Amino acid sequence: MARKDKGVDRRKFMAGAAITGAATAIPAGMAARAQTAAQQPTAAFVRRPSTAAAEAEMAGQVDPSPGTLGGPPGSDFMVDVLKSLDFDYVFSNPASSCRGIHESLVNYGGNKKPEFITCMHEESAVAMTHGYYKVAGKPAAALCHGTVGLQHAAMAAYNAWCDRAASFIMVGNRADAATREPGVPTIHAVQDPGSLIRDFTKWDDNPQSLQHFAESAVRAYKIAMTPPHEPVLMVVEEKLQENPIEKGAKPLVIPKLNMVAPPAGDPNAVRAAAQLLAMADNPVIVADRVARTPAGIKHLIELAEALNAPVIDQLGRMNMPNRHPLYQLGGALIPQADVILGLELTDFWGTVNKMDDSFAGEQRLRIKPGTKLISIGVGDLYIRANYQDFERYQPVDISIGADAEATLPMLTEYVRQAIPADRRAMIAARGEKAKKSFAAARERVMAAAAQNAWDASPVSSARLSAELWNQISNENWALVSRDSSLSNWPHRLWEVREHHQFIGGPGGAGIGYGLPAAVGASFAHKQAGGRLCVNIQNDGDSMSAPGALWTAAHHRVPMLTVMWNNRAYHQEIMHVQRMANWRQRDVSTAHIGTTIWDPYVNYAKVAEGLGHVGIGPITDPKELGAALKRGIEAVKMGEPTLIDVVCQPR
Amino acid sequence: MRRVIFVAAAAVTFGAASAFAAAPAPQGDATKGKANFERVGCWECHGHQGQGGNAGVRIADPVPLAWPAFLAWVRTTSGDMPPFTEKVLPNQDLVDIFAYLQSVPKAPDYRTIPLLALQVGR
Ligand code: HEC
Repeated sequence: MARKDKGVDRRKFMAGAAITGAATAIPAGMAARAQTAAQQPTAAFVRRPSTAAAEAEMAGQVDPSPGTLGGPPGSDFMVDVLKSLDFDYVFSNPASSCRGIHESLVNYGGNKKPEFITCMHEESAVAMTHGYYKVAGKPAAALCHGTVGLQHAAMAAYNAWCDRAASFIMVGNRADAATREPGVPTIHAVQDPGSLIRDFTKWDDNPQSLQHFAESAVRAYKIAMTPPHEPVLMVVEEKLQENPIEKGAKPLVIPKLNMVAPPAGDPNAVRAAAQLLAMADNPVIVADRVARTPAGIKHLIELAEALNAPVIDQLGRMNMPNRHPLYQLGGALIPQADVILGLELTDFWGTVNKMDDSFAGEQRLRIKPGTKLISIGVGDLYIRANYQDFERYQPVDISIGADAEATLPMLTEYVRQAIPADRRAMIAARGEKAKKSFAAARERVMAAAAQNAWDASPVSSARLSAELWNQISNENWALVSRDSSLSNWPHRLWEVREHHQFIGGPGGAGIGYGLPAAVGASFAHKQAGGRLCVNIQNDGDSMSAPGALWTAAHHRVPMLTVMWNNRAYHQEIMHVQRMANWRQRDVSTAHIGTTIWDPYVNYAKVAEGLGHVGIGPITDPKELGAALKRGIEAVKMGEPTLIDVVCQPR
Repeated sequence: MRRVIFVAAAAVTFGAASAFAAAPAPQGDATKGKANFERVGCWECHGHQGQGGNAGVRIADPVPLAWPAFLAWVRTTSGDMPPFTEKVLPNQDLVDIFAYLQSVPKAPDYRTIPLLALQVGR
């Protein structure tokens, strides 16, 4: 094996390090910090005095014995690079192809910033970065084993891709067949690791030197964080990890990270859009993944209020407070609109068309003739061929390839300028009307909640949502799951106000996202401090990756998981039912292969086995309030807790 | 609106062929109806009490269609709800389902439920 390089003179190496360090006057540990403050003026390149380990040795902090390598391993430098990018966590399932960097993370890096987070599946590891990104607003790293590990991770990468979530995925690999151990290490090696997930990562690289790694890692981070935010992949070559840093070579340098300013729309096109909106009688705004940051919410409200136009929230992110009178769920207003502004829509076609899930598959345009369509989003700037997440092609009247959040202030300003004096009263009246109808709509929602099998067993979606809201409304809460399986009752009953209180869905609808993404999001909430994380978890989804519960317990991430237990892959029952109906065959068999009965899964026990407080199963809605109270108390004591609630189908 | 007209028209067409299409509804057994509702899969999209959700509308409290229209709807619907012909759901079984849906008790007024009443105006 070529792992042990011949004698490197340790003392000379350290002396060299000291000289380089003195020349730049940036101690190793500080270099990383200097670069991460993107706004601070720093040199374009920060010189690294070889490694921080050498400096620590110089300071007498560590045993200066040369070990067996004859110099610090390359993966120590990789950790320096990760530290320079300000990663807090590396989510990983441990594996041999990553053992070098794994050891560097925990020993050289002190297992802090980034901390190694033990995951029980690579899919969970990447899904955790996905959930984390949507709360923290920055990527976390995932570290996967070559081939088999990355194959596991692939679906979670696809979810993140569809959901425009930044994730920094690393994969260990040894490309050199001549230095690979035979057997499993060779089976687990691959010529081109990136090819496994290249269709749904924005960029990948396979660095062949440590300097190459530094430059590509910084580039990858920057690309991941440029709209559309997407996952990226970095290969961490085993040889580079495990071999000592080359003696006498040019000093390694970590490039300074500077972020790309998101693209705003072309002013002429934005002006034309503003003109259409200002002159519309029934403008409607549709928002999918608009608010990348809390500022996005503010900008969207300003636009909506400038026009008094309703905003249909497609729930890709927390876009707008749901108690705002202009807030809307569902597409009922689409047929009345004369101008529709789509903001970061993944599916504009599906927004203005309806296709039945019937044998005929009837397709209908839902807008009236002459309705003008405007699109603002990064989807038009970036598209790949193979996977079909770009949806059907929808012709529009004005298409602005730009980041919606960055474009909204300009659009609002142009709208204000474009509204003629004689339309102001009409637009103000539209706002008054919206306020009045919002109050009435709220009463209708409450009446509908009462009619939603309020006292039934299994527990109804409205009842669960109302009981939960009753317990958390005075807390600093955050929902770390979507709510579509509950027919969106949380969004209908709760007050969702802050950007961090809702994170949208999986993006790619790949099953197994829910639990790990919730755990990843809860890591970010824990960092933010004091937030009560609530995960309403689909039962079927949870069984793809139950080990995520252990990760939360092991790393002391308090969160409340409420199992939305309809004891089925419920969507699939309905699919099989449709098939039987279309074919007019036995309509009583759709439960075969789709339900999770016989035996029922005892989720409270599963959770207990994975280090959670387990409560339930709760079948009687009258017992729910007390169970939730107990669960929340446990979470507040720092105990991750799961409450199994047996529920209606939707 | 278009759908309502369609249902009425279907009821007429259907009515010609079947005594079951006559109004008022033939006598049904709500207990059997509940079992049928579960067995043939209505619950999947409409909920165990017909309360509805994002996969199917509310069809109890009140039942939205009177008997002949209800029958016609179930037999001939061609949109997101798949049709159930007599071959897979005999008329008497559907009559029982109708009886079950009619037997679902009226929901309490939300103003009498503190969890909901407190929310209005908040
Ligand atoms: C696969 C899902 C599915 C199943 C199974 C299903 N439905 Fe429906 N049903 C729907 C949907 C969706 C609608 C609304 C469709 C529309 O408006 O086109 C609907 C509408 C209805 C309506 C009309 C409601 C109205 O307001 O006019 C009735 C009545 C109805 N269903 C009864 C039944 C009965 C009875 C069964 C079982 C025999 C059943 N459904 C099974 C999905 C389903």
